[in-house]
Amino acid sequence: MKSGKWFKLYIGVFLVFLYAPALLLPIFAFNDSSIVSFPLKGFTLNWFNVLWETEALHTATKNSLLIAVSTAIIATSLGILAARASSRYKFRGQKAVMGFIMIPLVLPEIIVGVSLLVVILQMGFDLSLWTIVLGHVLICTPFCVAILSSAFLNLDQSLEEASFDLGRSKLATFWLVTMPLVLPGVVSSMLISFTISLDEFIIAFFLAGTEPTLPVYIWGQLRFPQKLPSLMALGTILLILSLTLLATAEYFRRRSARKTGIEDAGGFL
Amino acid sequence: MSQLAKWRRSEEASGWLLVSPTLVYSILLLAAPLAMVIALSFWTQDYLDLDKTFTLKNYIEAWSEPIYQTLMARSLKISAFVTALTILLAFPVAYYVSFYVPQKRKPLWIFLITIPFWTSYLMRIFLWKVILGYNGVINGSLLGIGVIEQPLSFILYNQNAVVVTLAHAWVPFAILPIFVALEKIDRSLLEAAEDLGDGPLRRFIRVTLPLAMPGVVAATVIVFIPTIGDYVTPRLVGGPNGLMISNMIELQFKKANNAPLGAALALSAMFLVSVISLIFVWLNRKYLVGQK
Repeated sequence: MKSGKWFKLYIGVFLVFLYAPALLLPIFAFNDSSIVSFPLKGFTLNWFNVLWETEALHTATKNSLLIAVSTAIIATSLGILAARASSRYKFRGQKAVMGFIMIPLVLPEIIVGVSLLVVILQMGFDLSLWTIVLGHVLICTPFCVAILSSAFLNLDQSLEEASFDLGRSKLATFWLVTMPLVLPGVVSSMLISFTISLDEFIIAFFLAGTEPTLPVYIWGQLRFPQKLPSLMALGTILLILSLTLLATAEYFRRRSARKTGIEDAGGFL
Repeated sequence: MSQLAKWRRSEEASGWLLVSPTLVYSILLLAAPLAMVIALSFWTQDYLDLDKTFTLKNYIEAWSEPIYQTLMARSLKISAFVTALTILLAFPVAYYVSFYVPQKRKPLWIFLITIPFWTSYLMRIFLWKVILGYNGVINGSLLGIGVIEQPLSFILYNQNAVVVTLAHAWVPFAILPIFVALEKIDRSLLEAAEDLGDGPLRRFIRVTLPLAMPGVVAATVIVFIPTIGDYVTPRLVGGPNGLMISNMIELQFKKANNAPLGAALALSAMFLVSVISLIFVWLNRKYLVGQK
């Protein structure tokens, strides 16, 4: 019992450590002072107004949204194909192929950024928002494959066989039977890749041409002390957005687990 | 028999056909670019002209110049410390969630642990600057309660700050694999150890820890390899003596216009972390097999 008490104390301290930055973010976003430090001065919504009036921020946000939506769609499509192949079929070299697709999970992002930069410049293409999408799809696909594999694995194959027996073609079965059952997994995969892409900095930093993404814009502003409080406000908005998206993704993932009749096994990662 | 072979061929074909778009994408955007970087590291660049004659010059420079040696050694050291700290912080948490939290609430706890990871990456690192800074949260509180009279200056803009910030960023990634390994442990083995007279500590060292090692090994690899490439943390909280190899790689690719040297540095760093990780995995396998 005594060890249990120490354990709880440690877990408490750990959670404070873990949540410290996330808790400070809203505190400074509403703090009426142009310096981001203690002691706090008072409550203000001014920093959120500053965000409304900054044109460059709006452009960067639009760029990021375009990239994140494109990434989510492409990465999830590639994820569906790979996850379906690995969960439904056995083929030679399967482990090697799937392992290769998952490599970006453990590769430092700077390596991905640098290598794509080299190829794109060597082939004579210009850097643009689309070059960032290429990089983001690469790092998001493994996450999509992981989420979708479990969705496809939980699928009861006899439902598809029943559809074949009733005379449906392969494609019709996929659209009418398989897809509706794994749809929550698909939504969850899209939301996760959208969130990852929206927040990704290093690859965007290397591959951005003249148009910045939101993190690249933030990076540029971090140098100016007077911009910091409005960045805190921006960070607060982003935090709320990420949490909403993730809670939605988690909801769909659980629904997918329930739909296929499997007991819930835990988080997405 | 031939029909069976035919069926297998068709399943084989379907699998390959289905996986091929994703595979082709990975080959075009991962394997080919990496091959290109490898080729580039053996070439030389003179301002904007690329000289494609094979040379080891970049590698000789990357491995012999004191500045690159220092940066590489420091990056490896910081990554190693981050990995060790992350595992030490993560293990008790994973253990707590696996052994003390009721089954039904485990998913909630795992969700709770992963939430801070979704705060904007740049903001999270920047906020550590606020926490550790001269007028920061820690100095402010310590001054406030009168533990210190002068703000502590050794907590920001050095390697310790980099280690703490990176450990914070990576700890969820270490908790998850350790948690999964702990969940797989058959609880009756622990009861058996107890029945055979092992105390809590002996039971932990002889049963729980060896069975949790696969998770610890996975966590080590997941944390150690990517941290070597971190660019933002050293730039924001590292100060002049806390810069790492990625900052130099970026410099070579962008301002210094020496992409081949940057490529050689990047590949050398990847080579070193991979070799160290492989040795670590191999040692663990050997040690764990020896246990049986």
